[in-house]
Amino acid sequence: MDESGERPVDRRGFIKGSAVGAAAFAAPGKMMNERTEEAEVHDADAHEHTHGHGHGHDHDHDHQDVPSDIALRVRALESVLIEKEMVDPAALDEIVDNFENRIGPQNGARVVARAWVDPGFRDRLLADGTSAIGELDYLGGQGEHMKVVANTDSVHNLIVCTLCSCYPWPTLGLPPVWYKSSAYRARAVIEPREVLREFGLDLPEDVEVRVWDSTAEIRYLVLPQRPPGTADMTEEELAELVTRDSMVGVARVASPS
Amino acid sequence: MTTAPSRVPAERLAALPPLPRDEEGPVFDEPWQAQAFALAVKLSERGHFAWTAWAKALAEELAAAEARGEPDDGSHYYHHWVSALERLVVERGLSDSAALEERKEAWADAYRHTPHGQPVELKRSE
Repeated sequence: MDESGERPVDRRGFIKGSAVGAAAFAAPGKMMNERTEEAEVHDADAHEHTHGHGHGHDHDHDHQDVPSDIALRVRALESVLIEKEMVDPAALDEIVDNFENRIGPQNGARVVARAWVDPGFRDRLLADGTSAIGELDYLGGQGEHMKVVANTDSVHNLIVCTLCSCYPWPTLGLPPVWYKSSAYRARAVIEPREVLREFGLDLPEDVEVRVWDSTAEIRYLVLPQRPPGTADMTEEELAELVTRDSMVGVARVASPS
Repeated sequence: MTTAPSRVPAERLAALPPLPRDEEGPVFDEPWQAQAFALAVKLSERGHFAWTAWAKALAEELAAAEARGEPDDGSHYYHHWVSALERLVVERGLSDSAALEERKEAWADAYRHTPHGQPVELKRSE
């Protein structure tokens, strides 16, 4: 179902590293199975995950994606200048964090609003996120699959990237600092309910929490529930309500005040 | 988005060669672009170079790219931004090219050798 319209595989030689990736992923995958009720779903996904991160390995060890040359140049500048105390890392983060809304959650919000008002689009979105988001032209140039997971009265979805900070930039913009933190990355799978509680979302015990681990190949987007009190709103008005956090799954969309 | 997105004064942004932006301010395609943006802003705020010097360095990089026949469609704006930043950092003696190159390789190496699931960190060897 996700096989149409994407071209991530040609970016790198993903396939040959998949077995190595599977071994490397065994530990976090196990945590998920123990801690969430949705073991089968996660198993299926963990398998996909191994393809995403198990790419291009020629040796018997696993390692992380090497960023692009330009991203490494920025990283080099940043780390050298921080080390020499010519610039304050917190101040840099503050600027970047202030821009986290600047490149995209509007796109994701429009996707969500469309799904709320157009059942046909919603069906297509959940069946094949890549194609449906492509209808709105929000795929960006990265070519990864998009999988959209819907919250319901009985299921709450949360996205994370345990391994690095894979994030659906074209729809959600820059990842917030907390998303990239090792604490969020580790704890989101180990104790998602507690993490959600810290974000101010106290889910009833009978709501199942599903944690989706993003990869270089598959990015997730949470389709939050349409809040009550919005029956008369237009698609544009609805899009204004949708927050980044609700599409990561750490918040609900609030009713209009 | 009710707050000013960057707290970078508008007149500073206006002094630069035209940024990729919308009505609310600069837009970025990838995180490294925002990081490079933040570095230039903060280095200038800390007095390592004047904003006018930054605007000039950036304009020179863009002009040089145009002279090389590279299309000016905005898609490489932040590549030129990074080149200008590297040049200014070296010119002002904040670092040197060899150190930056060495650090870049060290990061690439750290990514290659850090197992999945662990934060990528540089080993302190210097």
